[in-house]
Order: sequence, then structure tokens, then C-alpha cells
Amino acid sequence: MKVLVIGLNHKVADVDVREKLAFNGPKLEEGLIKFRDLPEVQEAIVLSTCNRVELYANVTDNLKASESVKTFLSEYHGIKRDSLDRSLYIYDDREAVKHVFRVASSLDSMVVGEPQILGQLKDAFDLALSKKTTGILLNKLLKKAISVAKRIRTETRIAENAVSISFAAVELAKKIFTDLSNKVFMLLGAGEMAELAAKHLIGNGVNEVLVSNRTFERACDLAKEFNGRPVKFDDFIQEMVRADIVICSTGAPTYILAKSQMQKVMRERKQRQVFIIDISVPRNIDPEINDLDNVYLYNVDDLQNVVDSNVFERQKEAEKAEKIVLEELETFLKWQSALDAVPTIIALREKAEEIKREELEKLLHKNPDIGEKEKEAIEHMVSAIVNKLIHPPTAALKEDSEDKDIMVATIQRLYGIDGKKE
Amino acid sequence: MGIILFELALTFYFAATIVSVTELFKDSRIASKMMLSLAAIGFVIHTTDIIYRYVSAGHIPITNAHEATSFFSWCIVFIFFLLQFRYKITLLASFIMPIVFLLMLSSSMLPREIRPLSPVLQSYWLGIHTVLAFLGNAAFAMAFGIGSMYLVQEHYVKSKHLGGLFERLPSLQTLDQINYRLITFGFPLLTLAIISGALWAQSAWGSYWNWDPRETWSLVTWFIYAIVLHARLVAGWRGRRAAILSIIGFLTILIAFFGIKLLQKGLHVFS
Repeated sequence: MKVLVIGLNHKVADVDVREKLAFNGPKLEEGLIKFRDLPEVQEAIVLSTCNRVELYANVTDNLKASESVKTFLSEYHGIKRDSLDRSLYIYDDREAVKHVFRVASSLDSMVVGEPQILGQLKDAFDLALSKKTTGILLNKLLKKAISVAKRIRTETRIAENAVSISFAAVELAKKIFTDLSNKVFMLLGAGEMAELAAKHLIGNGVNEVLVSNRTFERACDLAKEFNGRPVKFDDFIQEMVRADIVICSTGAPTYILAKSQMQKVMRERKQRQVFIIDISVPRNIDPEINDLDNVYLYNVDDLQNVVDSNVFERQKEAEKAEKIVLEELETFLKWQSALDAVPTIIALREKAEEIKREELEKLLHKNPDIGEKEKEAIEHMVSAIVNKLIHPPTAALKEDSEDKDIMVATIQRLYGIDGKKE
Repeated sequence: MGIILFELALTFYFAATIVSVTELFKDSRIASKMMLSLAAIGFVIHTTDIIYRYVSAGHIPITNAHEATSFFSWCIVFIFFLLQFRYKITLLASFIMPIVFLLMLSSSMLPREIRPLSPVLQSYWLGIHTVLAFLGNAAFAMAFGIGSMYLVQEHYVKSKHLGGLFERLPSLQTLDQINYRLITFGFPLLTLAIISGALWAQSAWGSYWNWDPRETWSLVTWFIYAIVLHARLVAGWRGRRAAILSIIGFLTILIAFFGIKLLQKGLHVFS
């Protein structure tokens, strides 16, 4: 009864390898069942995201099992074995448990601390539960991994700071405005980064979207995409009076908004706060505008600085998180070792045999005149009693139940045996 | 017993102040819960002390400098808990509790005996006038705390160094709105306090306005907050300017409160 992890992630495999191995759509359920049906695998979970594909199993012989899983993967996805062998990592037992904890806590993610992985892991677990492909070991492992992830989230600040430019922009907007849902957002120009940031802001629920572009058709297209209203480029300063958040990313070679123009805008909007993000390079908005009251202007470098300091903060927090993982790993391994009932069953039997032998010897010693025939009958009866007495606890120990760890500990205590003997 | 209650309240406020100041440097849920409990216990004891004085004196206990300062602190803590209930900005305590503690400390050093009330003060106006004035001023004290928080947060956002308290401080707009609400709450109270004072003066001394130092300073304060509101509504003076004005306003109140006491004597009994 050991945990085995076989898989690959963004660190060891490029996206073209990852996508070949991915369990997408109906493949996920089907693959999970096939994986569980391998003779070497007792319990199974499949985690498949865009950054990682991992198979978790409960196995007895990890060498045999990993061979068989690798063959399964290569046959199922139609990938050559040798190319698969190069990118797959295999963890067993202690290292496997640790790996699952680190994945759940987002310590193994591309962006350390990102929250999606925990949800994806929960989904994988839910599917396994509904298909009944897991049992006592993986159930406990996944439950523990989820609780470790939660503990890390509450005890460290690993997930607190935004680590991408568009998240940083949203985070800042939330520290300037109380409520984004009554705010007007304006997108000036276009571009990948600007549109991504715009999507994030709109996703956080701004009230109205205005889109302006030098070519009006482009503005119309983008407005349609963002469910907003196109604005003629000549009118954008006029419309800025209403805009609370502005993202600017035009290809203009000079400033398109001067300080004096912004002053006028601020007067007209009664000095209500405005958050301007200038993503364009070269910059499109006079940096001196930041000196105006209630105007907060960030350019792409400012946002990058925010992100960098957040990444640094996260790395410090990740160290704390690794310590928590190690701590929880020990408690899990302790639980798992108690789960292994075989030594306890052997110890119980040995103890019974020992008592039987001692008592028989005593009896024969005190009554030397017992004949061979009687001796045989007595031995037979004693064996029957012993066997009948230790049968129920042995059967209980062999059963796979959720409270098996408690059972093992209880039996060890009741019979005064030490289960640590291998 | 009154003395013990007051000292106890002072002690709890002191402990709450210490914890609230440490919270500026270290974010801890346990510390903020502890701070709230300490302040709440202090507040309950303080309330008991004021009721006790009310019962033993037979009139509202705001008739000497000790009582006035103590009641002023009580109003500030009262409004703090109202805000805490509504907005849950526990960090505000770090800006407000030190003021409460200093006020209570100065109150503790002033003579406490309950003297017989002079006939002039024996009027129902005493309760109305003083409670209005103190609640109004307490709202301005809170606007001072919120305004200070605004300036700190605005400094982070403007300078683009998002360190320190940035994560824990509320958004600029939230702080600005609370500041505005506090001033719109305090201003009518101050106005009514001045009007009720004038009516009382008319019935006690036969004239509405005597240019006694407290009256003058109240008028100055009234004008400052009138400007805050006017500038906001007409010229859009919000954000940083509103925060600075509310800080200036409260400093004026403090000068009026303690300055007059030290420098001059006027008609106001605890001047």
C-alpha cells in the first residue's frame, strides 16, 4: 500500500508534449477507468490541466506498477515509450505524498500561489469519487492535500499579491475605488496586454465600457467584443470626463493627453478619482498628470515593479509553506504506517502462539503422565480456541475501512503488541 | 468607586492603544481581536463610570474639565464602535486609540470632585448643548483619523510603493466617503450645539452671543467645516484636500479645547 505519482508538468515538458498526454473531455473519464483497471493499480486519480498531467495510484510494487502505467500512457495516447520516458517523473511513497501536497498548495505551479490548481485537484478527486476509483489511501491523501493547501493559504501570504500586470491593475483599482460595479471604464487603443487588462477589469464587473481607437471601425469591433460603446478618437478627451478607469495603449509616437487637458477633465468631473494605466511604449500620457490631485497614473514599468515586488514577497512566503508541507508529510506518513496492518496481524498471531506454547509446556510439565493421545487432543482444542479468539480482530484488520488507522492502534493497545516489527 | 472605574477604563484603553500601535507594524488577527475586546471592556467600564457620576451628581456629568474630557473620549470610542460595526476598519483604532488614551490621561490629571452646580448651569440646556457639542466634535475626531488613513494610503498609491499598510487599508474612495459622512454627521450637531448654546446664553445671561473664547473658537471650527463641505460640493474638493482640511479642523478643535483652558477664563464653566 504505497502512493505512486507518475506525470509531467511545465518544468519538464513543453506544451506539445503536455497536450499529447492531456486527458481532455471524455478521455478523462475513460482514461481514469482504464488506469484503475490496470492489475498493479488498486486506486487511481487522474489530474489533467494545461500545465500538468499526473496520475496518482495506490500500488503494492512500485517498480512493476510504474512500468505498467507508462505502457498504458504510451498506448493510450499513442506516444513512443522512449520519448515518454524522457519527460515523465516518477515519485513513490514519501516523495509522492510530498509532491501531491506541493501541487495542491500551488508550490509546484508556474505562478507560485495561483489559486486555480486546488480547484482542479478537487475536480479530479470528485470525478474519482463518483467513479469509485479511489479507496482508503488516496481518499485520505487528497483530503489531507486539500487541508494542507488551505492551511498554507491561511497561515502564509502566498496567494495575496497579484503577480501579473493585469491582476496588479485590478488590485490597484480596488484600492482606489470602493466598488467597481458603478465605474466607467475606457479603453484607448488596442494591443494584447491592454485587452487582457481590459478583460480582467470588465470581469471584475465595471458598469460601462467605452472604447476609442484611431480607426473607428476597430473601436466598433472592440466595443462589440467588450459589450461597450465605441467613441470617436477626436472625442475621447470629452468622454474621459465620465471615465473612472482608463487603459491607454495607442501606437502614437507622442503624448496624446497633456496635463492642461487633464486638469480641465478633472474640473469637469468635479475631481472624482481617476485611475489611468498607460501601457503604451512610447508613453502616450504625460507622466506629469500623476501630480494632479485624485489622478493616479501608472505606466507599464510601474505595474511591472508592483508585480516584481509581489513575486519576491511570494518567494519568501513559499519558504514558510514548504515547512508546513514537511510537517504535514510526517503526520500523513505516521497515519499511513499505522494503516499497514500486516505487521500487526503477524504480531498478534505470534503472541497467541507464544501463549499457547507456554501454557501447554506448563501443563505437560506439571502432569507428566498425560498420554500421547490426550496430549494431541488438548493441543488441538487449545489451537481451536486461540484461532477462534484471534479470528475477528484479524479479519477486522484486513478490512479496508476509513478508520483502519484507529483500528490498528486499538488492537495494538488491547493486546499489548508493538506493530513496528516488519 | 468612581475613581476605580475611571482608572480601570483608562488602563484598558491604554492596553488597547499599545496593541493597536503594534498592529501598525504587524498584521495579526489575534492582535486585532484582542485590541477590540480591550477597547470594548474599557468602553463598558467607562460608560458605567459616567452613569455612576450622573447618578451621584444628579445631572449630566459634563460640568468640570475632568468630566468634559472624559465624556469627549467616550463619544470618540462610541463613534469608533459605530463605524466598526458598519465598515469593519479595525485599523482605524491605530489612529484613534492613541488620541483617546491621551485625552483620558489628561482627564485623569484634572481635579475630579463633583462640585455643586452653579444656578446658571442648572438648566435642561446643559444636557442638550453639551451632548450635541461633544458628539459633533467626536465625529470630527473620527474624520481626523480617517483623513490620516487617507493620506497614508494616497501616499502609497501616488508614489507607487505599495508597501506597509497598503494591503490592509481600505480603498481611497471608501475612506473619502466615510470622511464625508462623518463631517455631514458632525456639522449639523455642531450647528445645533451653537444654536442651543446661544438660546441657553440668552436665558441665562440675557444675550445670545458674548464672544467668550469658546464661542469664538466654536465659530472658527464651524467655518472650517462649512468650508470643507462647501468646497466639496461646489469645487469638488475631495480626496487629499478634504482629508487635510479635516485634519486641520480637528487640530483647531483640540486647540480650542485645551488652549482656552490654559490661557484664559471665560463663561464656560470648564473653560
